[in-house]
Amino acid sequence: MPQAKEIAFLAAARRNIWPNADAIFKWLTVAAAVVVPVIIVAIFWELLSLSWPALQKFGWRFFITEVWNPVTQQFGAASSIYGTVMSTLIAMVLAVPMSIVIALFLVELAPPWVSKIVGNLIELLAAIPSIIYGMWGLFVFAPFMARYVQPFLGEYFGFLPLFAGPPMGIGMLTAGVILAFMILPFITAICRDVFALVPAVLKESGYGVGATTWEVTYKITLPYGIVGVLGGIFMGLGRALGETMAVTFVIGNTHKISLSLFAPGNSIASSLANEFAEATEIIYLSSLIALGLVLFLFTFLVQVISQIMLRRLYRGWSIKI
Amino acid sequence: MKARPATGRRIVNLLVNVAASLAASTGIIVLLWIIIMLAYKGIPALNLDFFLNLPTPPMIPGGGLANAILGTLLLTVLATVFAVPIGLLAGVCLGEFGQQSKLADLCRFAANVLSGMPSIIVGIFVYGLLVMTMGNFSGLAGAIALAIIMLPVVARTTEDMLRLVPDPLRESALAMGAPRWKVTVAIIFRAARAGIITGVLLGVARVSGETAPLLFTALNSPYMMSSLLQPMPNLTVTIFNYAMSPYEDWQRLAWGASLLITAGVLVLNILARFIFGERKS
Repeated sequence: MPQAKEIAFLAAARRNIWPNADAIFKWLTVAAAVVVPVIIVAIFWELLSLSWPALQKFGWRFFITEVWNPVTQQFGAASSIYGTVMSTLIAMVLAVPMSIVIALFLVELAPPWVSKIVGNLIELLAAIPSIIYGMWGLFVFAPFMARYVQPFLGEYFGFLPLFAGPPMGIGMLTAGVILAFMILPFITAICRDVFALVPAVLKESGYGVGATTWEVTYKITLPYGIVGVLGGIFMGLGRALGETMAVTFVIGNTHKISLSLFAPGNSIASSLANEFAEATEIIYLSSLIALGLVLFLFTFLVQVISQIMLRRLYRGWSIKI
Repeated sequence: MKARPATGRRIVNLLVNVAASLAASTGIIVLLWIIIMLAYKGIPALNLDFFLNLPTPPMIPGGGLANAILGTLLLTVLATVFAVPIGLLAGVCLGEFGQQSKLADLCRFAANVLSGMPSIIVGIFVYGLLVMTMGNFSGLAGAIALAIIMLPVVARTTEDMLRLVPDPLRESALAMGAPRWKVTVAIIFRAARAGIITGVLLGVARVSGETAPLLFTALNSPYMMSSLLQPMPNLTVTIFNYAMSPYEDWQRLAWGASLLITAGVLVLNILARFIFGERKS
């Protein structure tokens, strides 16, 4: 067959023009992939070297000092770290149980067409940009909190120092609630996958001995998929820690630690977003970037834990991610 | 054995079911609340002036955000141009070559970590890398910051989509004598096209609403942009500045810009779902 010979010849000829094309292509892709870990290392290095002046000047006391005074050039991270942790804590307390029951609703309770629509709508919550949550939070949700939610909490739980003080709308609580809405879709999505992947046989045997839907979820589904749920929770935690614009709009931006959740505060990300433009002195800028370094370390740790958990889950179920 | 009374358990179950429905409704209500408020406050701001004019000082009517709209488009396009080729290649490395290798494992791990990294950190990084060394804020730095945020999204979706292409397709193409690179570029990419486009669209949607990294890189500007090496006007930072200002007409423009950005991002998301959904069916 001359044709086959011809094709073989042409193929050989073409291969000779680019004898190493395959190897070049492969190394090109490897180089592109290596860019990602290199960026992470570079971020760490950059943050460390830029925050060095502040860390050297203030030492470890930087992390426990509440003072933040650009005039006297005294800086401490305590109020920002407290605000980040507190707003994230509020968000987690609200978002975790909500996400779990929403996932339960989507997988076990709702008919498929409802589940599809509701699931898609909840996922769209994740698509809305942070700054839009900020706009809505500042002009719509904070007044709503000030008028309805905070007076209610103040009246019935006002004896707790957490809910003391005038209802201003702007403050730690509002920031935490908005954060909860923002991370809800991430945790829900993972819980939903986890619930849907639990073998039907396990659930059915639960139902077979007369368990209710909640009992099956609580005693069979959750323990079976606990690694995945925890992975999802940590992923949401990572998001909440670093969320910037929405928090900046509503947290109030005061470098002060207040016990009351109604009081304004700040977070690492909000301090950065607010003050970066004003920071002209080296030590001011360096202190801000040191805050960034703290945030980087927080989220890096949380992300790594979340990845390890999700990976263990999927490996246990022999799914590759 | 005596049967346990079921009433209490049924009540608990009912309560959980009600809580689940309430929680789901809360999520949807918040979404609709945001969208309705955006429409209510944003639509009155969207007129011809909004799209055609440059910003004016407060209290002077007729101001628009033409420069910021163009700037956001330009930043997003540039970021896409930077991130997509590298992201695609990285995805190929992870999906086609590195299924088992330790290096690919590390890169995959890093991509997941980077996509969860707060965008403001990426902003500081690019600030130190480019803005400090070049001496001023620039659109280029903004685009690079956005590209870094987009990169892991594109890489990970590309990898996932390549994984979905069945192996016999690869084997038959290789058996025909096609070199590996050609198999990947001409055949596997074509088979995974819908999924890869979805990934790119999601990446674009993710960065087009970003604000925090731009604060440290592109900054903002009330003028039409003239160069990539100058501060670049953009919608999101404009929203931030205008919303925080005490002037009513600026706040109105901020609502208009918010509506525009959200509509764009939601359309991209729905489009991405639609393209991917069509491929699956």
